[in-house]
Amino acid sequence: MNELTQIEKTTAKDWATDQEVRWCPGCGDYAVLKAVQRTMPDLGVAREKTVFVSGIGCSSRFPYYMETYGFHTIHGRAPAVATGIKLANPELDVWIITGDGDALSIGGNHTMHVLRRNLDCQILLFNNEIYGLTKGQYSPTSRPGTRSPSTPFGSVDRPARPCAFALGSGARFVARGIDVNKNLPDVLKAAHAHRGAAFVEIFQNCVVYNDDVFAPFTAREVASEMQLWLKPGEPLLFANGAKGIALDHDTLSLRVVAGDDPAVLVHDPKNRMLAHLLIEMPGQGFPVALGVLYDDPAPTFEAAVLEQNHTVAAGKQPDLQALVSKGQSWMVDKEPRAE
Amino acid sequence: MATATHLLTPEESTADPQQEAVVVRFAGDSGDGMQLTGGQFTLSTALAGNDLATFPDFPAEIRAPQGTTFGVSAFQINFGSTAIETAGDQPDVLIAMNPAALKVNVGALREGGLIIADEGEFSQRNLAKAGYDANPLEDESLAKWQLVKFNISQLTMDAVKPFGLGNKEALRCKNMWTLGLALWMFDRSREPIVDWLKTKFAKAPQLAEANIAALNAGHAYGETVEMGAAVKPRHIAAAPAEPGLYRTVTGAEALGLGLVAGAQLAHLPMFFGSYPITPASPLLHHLSRLKEYDITTFQAEDEIAAICAALGASYAGSLGVTSSSGPGIALKTEAIGLAVMTELPLVIVNSQRGGPSTGLPTKTEQSDLYQAVYGRNGDAPLPVIAARSPSDAFDCAIEACRIATRYMTPVMLLTDGYIANAAEPWRVPDMSVYQPFPVTFANGDAPRAHDGKLLPYARDERLARPWIKPGTPGLTHRIGGIEKNPGTGDLDYSPDAHAEMTRLRHQKVLGVAGDISAQDVCLGEPGAALAVVGWGSTFGPIHQAVRRMRARGADVAHVHIRHIWPLPANLGELLHGFGRVIVPEMNAGQLKTVLRDQYLVDARSLTKVSGQPFRIAEIEQAIVEALDGNAPGNLRADTTQLPEGDSGHDDGSIAREGRAR
Repeated sequence: MNELTQIEKTTAKDWATDQEVRWCPGCGDYAVLKAVQRTMPDLGVAREKTVFVSGIGCSSRFPYYMETYGFHTIHGRAPAVATGIKLANPELDVWIITGDGDALSIGGNHTMHVLRRNLDCQILLFNNEIYGLTKGQYSPTSRPGTRSPSTPFGSVDRPARPCAFALGSGARFVARGIDVNKNLPDVLKAAHAHRGAAFVEIFQNCVVYNDDVFAPFTAREVASEMQLWLKPGEPLLFANGAKGIALDHDTLSLRVVAGDDPAVLVHDPKNRMLAHLLIEMPGQGFPVALGVLYDDPAPTFEAAVLEQNHTVAAGKQPDLQALVSKGQSWMVDKEPRAE
Repeated sequence: MATATHLLTPEESTADPQQEAVVVRFAGDSGDGMQLTGGQFTLSTALAGNDLATFPDFPAEIRAPQGTTFGVSAFQINFGSTAIETAGDQPDVLIAMNPAALKVNVGALREGGLIIADEGEFSQRNLAKAGYDANPLEDESLAKWQLVKFNISQLTMDAVKPFGLGNKEALRCKNMWTLGLALWMFDRSREPIVDWLKTKFAKAPQLAEANIAALNAGHAYGETVEMGAAVKPRHIAAAPAEPGLYRTVTGAEALGLGLVAGAQLAHLPMFFGSYPITPASPLLHHLSRLKEYDITTFQAEDEIAAICAALGASYAGSLGVTSSSGPGIALKTEAIGLAVMTELPLVIVNSQRGGPSTGLPTKTEQSDLYQAVYGRNGDAPLPVIAARSPSDAFDCAIEACRIATRYMTPVMLLTDGYIANAAEPWRVPDMSVYQPFPVTFANGDAPRAHDGKLLPYARDERLARPWIKPGTPGLTHRIGGIEKNPGTGDLDYSPDAHAEMTRLRHQKVLGVAGDISAQDVCLGEPGAALAVVGWGSTFGPIHQAVRRMRARGADVAHVHIRHIWPLPANLGELLHGFGRVIVPEMNAGQLKTVLRDQYLVDARSLTKVSGQPFRIAEIEQAIVEALDGNAPGNLRADTTQLPEGDSGHDDGSIAREGRAR
C-alpha cells in the first residue's frame, strides 16, 4: 500500500504519447487503446515501471502510443522478449500486445510456453480473425469459408480458439472482452490483479477487412441475448436474467435453462472444468461467455527462477580468481629446460 | 597449447616425434567409456606437466548397436615435452577395445606403431559385427604394427571379483583397467584418478572401490607381466612452459568462464538464453551451475525464444548472451537483426559444426563465417570475433562482452566443435590484470533535444547510443525494429532517416577496428615470401607447419586473425607486404573471399571440408607448393584421421557416452 501512495496521480492523458495514432478510421484498436489508457491510472503502477511489448501486426503498434517503456519486437516473439525482460527485472509490469496471427500462427510456440511457465504479465490478444496489416488474408482464427485474397474460394481449415488454446497451455487466468464494451477496463483490471500470465482475448473489429465478424453477438440489438458476462459467485444468467446456464449431467455439457431454474450454475473462476465448458459453448442457441472465465493463481516463473538463483547462490562467495583456478591444477615454477 | 613459449631448436622440430611427443588413441564401443578414459588420461598427463592437445570424437547416433563400426567412439591425445598444438597427425599407440574399434582406427596408426587389443572381445560374433572374416589378432594382417593382446575383459572381471558386482557392472570397469595400463606405460600418477573416482562414486563406495581395483590391476599388470619390448614404460618429460598455475580446460569451459568474467568486468548481471544443440550445449551446462555470479540461465522453447529472451534481458539492463550452432544461429537471424536495429548489447556464440542444414552435428568445420559476417536481411553489420583454441576462447569471450557493451551492438563469437570439446593446459589468468569496463546506464543526464525531448538514439564519440533501462523515471521511450529517426528514435521511414541510420550503424561497427589490437604476425616476419593466414581452430596445425618449415629455412609467416569483422586496421597493408598469401580453412574459402574483397589481395585457398581438422603435414605440403608458385587446392578426406570415415551416421541427435559422462 505504501508503494501505491507514492505513485504520482495520473489521468488517461498522461499515458498517451505525442505520436499520431495510425490505425484505419473506425478500427477497434482505438477503443482498446482508450480502455487501456483509462485503466492504467487505477492500477497503482508508475509509468516508468511499465513496459509494453508487442510483436508484428496492426495491434503491435500499440506500444508507440503508450507513455511507458515500449518494445516493438518481431513477428510472434513478444512473449520471448517479455520473458527476458521480466527475468532481468521482475519489478517491471509487463504487458504483451499481440494479435491472432502474431500469437497463434507465427508465435504460437511462444504463446504456449509463456502461459505454461506462468510468467507474470498481461497478454492482450486482439482477435479480429483476419490479417489486417498484410491486407486481409485469413488468419488462424478465421472461420471456415472465410474469403480473403489468399483464400478466394473460402478457407478450408478449422480455426484455433484462443481461450481454449490458452487454457490448454496451462494458463491460470483466461478472460474475454470486446473492444468497444464498457466492461473492458474491468477485465483489464482483473488481468492486472492476477499474479502470473493473464490471458485476455479481445474481440476486435477490423472495419476494413472483416467488418462485423463478431456482430452476431456484439451488435447492440442482440447483446443481451448473446452475451453472458461472468461474475465470481453469481449465477450464470443472460437475456436480462431470463435465461441461465446449467450442467447436463448425462452428457457433461452445458445447457440453457430458464433464469429461475435452481439448476443454474454459479460462476467459480477457480473451476477449471467450468472454464473449459464456458469457452467451448457451442454457439447456436448459446451466448458467448465474457469476462473472467478462469482465475486461479499459481507460483510465477520469474519468482521460481529468482528463488532458485537465490537459494543456490546462498552462502557462496563469487570469486572469479577462484573460479578460473578451479579443478585439478599444477604449478610450473620455472622452465625445465633452464635446468 | 598457447602456453608454451619455448621456441624449438631446429633439432627439436625435426626430431623423431616419438622422442618428443606421443599420440595415443583410445577406441572402443560408445558404451565402453572411451571419452571418459581419454579425459582422465588427459588430466593425469596435464598434471605430469606435458603440453597436450586432444581430439574427442564420438558418433552422432543415440546409441548404435553394440560392437558395430557405427558405434565406435575414439579419443586421441597428443602429449609431449614440447609445445603441442594439434591432436596429432598419426597415433603411435592404438588401444582397441573391440574388433570394430580396431577395424575403424588401425589404418590411422603410424607404421610400426603399437596396438593394444582386448582379446576377450574378439569373439566370432563381434568379429562378424565388425565385418571381419578372420580374427586379425591371429593372422598376419596386422604385421606392419606391433601387436600386444590380452584378455582385458577377463582380467577386469578377476580384479573386481571381490566387490560382488554383476557381470555387466564388472565389465564396465574395463575402461579403468585400460587406463591403469596406460598410466603405467607413460609413467603417470594414479592418484588424481583415484580421487576423482572417490568423488564420482561418493554415493556408491562399492563402485568406487571396484573401479579403483580395476585401475590398480591394469597398472600392476604392466609392472609384472613381461609384454615384450613394445610395451615398456616411457617417461615423457614435462614441457617447457611459462611459470604459473596451470589447469586443463576445454573450449566450452574457457568460453563459459570468459563470459562470466566479461559480465563481471562490465559490472552486469548475465542472462544466458539457449536451446540445446550439439556441440554448443556444454556452455549452457557450465553456466547453469554458476548462479552466485549473478547469472540467470534460461533453456528456452526454441532458438528464437532463446535469443529474444536474451535481447529482452539486455533491454532491461542485463548482459544478454545466447549460444548455438549454425542451424540455431540461422533461426536466430531475424532477432539478431532486431538487436542491430535497436542497438542493444548482445553476445551470440556460434559453436560451428559441419553444414549446411543438419550437416555433421558432431564434426567440426568453420563454415559459418559468411553467416556471421553477412548472413542477415538488410545492411546489418556486427562485430565478429573468432577463438583460435580452448584457452583463447576465454579472452575472446571477454572481448566480445567489452565490444558489445561499449558499442551497444550484438557481437558474434565464433568457436567450433573441435575447440569446444578439446582440452589443453591453460595457465590460469590473473584476473586482477584485466581492466574492468563498467557500463553506465542513462539517467538524469540522458541526451535531450533543445525542446527537452529525450534522444534515445543520440550518439557518443564511439557512435554508441545510450543504454536506458526500463524502470528509470523520466526516460520512458519506445524502441523497435522499424526504421527510426536518428535522434529521437521515433518511427521514421523517410529516405534521409534510413540513409543516415544505415550509415551510422555501419560506421559504428567499423569504428571497432580502432579499438582492437593491430594484427600481429604470430610466427615469422612481415614481408615474408609467403604468409599463411588463418582464423579459428586451424591455429594449431598452421602454427606447427609454419614452425617446421621455418626450421627448414623457408621464408614463411603465420598470421592468425581474431577479429573477423571489422578486420584490424593494419591488416590490408600487412597482407600486401607478403609475397604470397594462402588461407587454409575448414570451409570452401570464406575468409579468403572476405580478404580478397576487402583488400584486393591475391589470397589463395587451401580448403578441407571433410569434418576433419588439418593435418600439419597437409599444410606443410601446401607451403612447399605455394613457395614454388603453385596455388593450393582442396584437400580430400583422410581415412587415417579422426573422425573416422565409417563411424557414426548422423541423424542430428546428440551423442553421449553411455557411461559416467
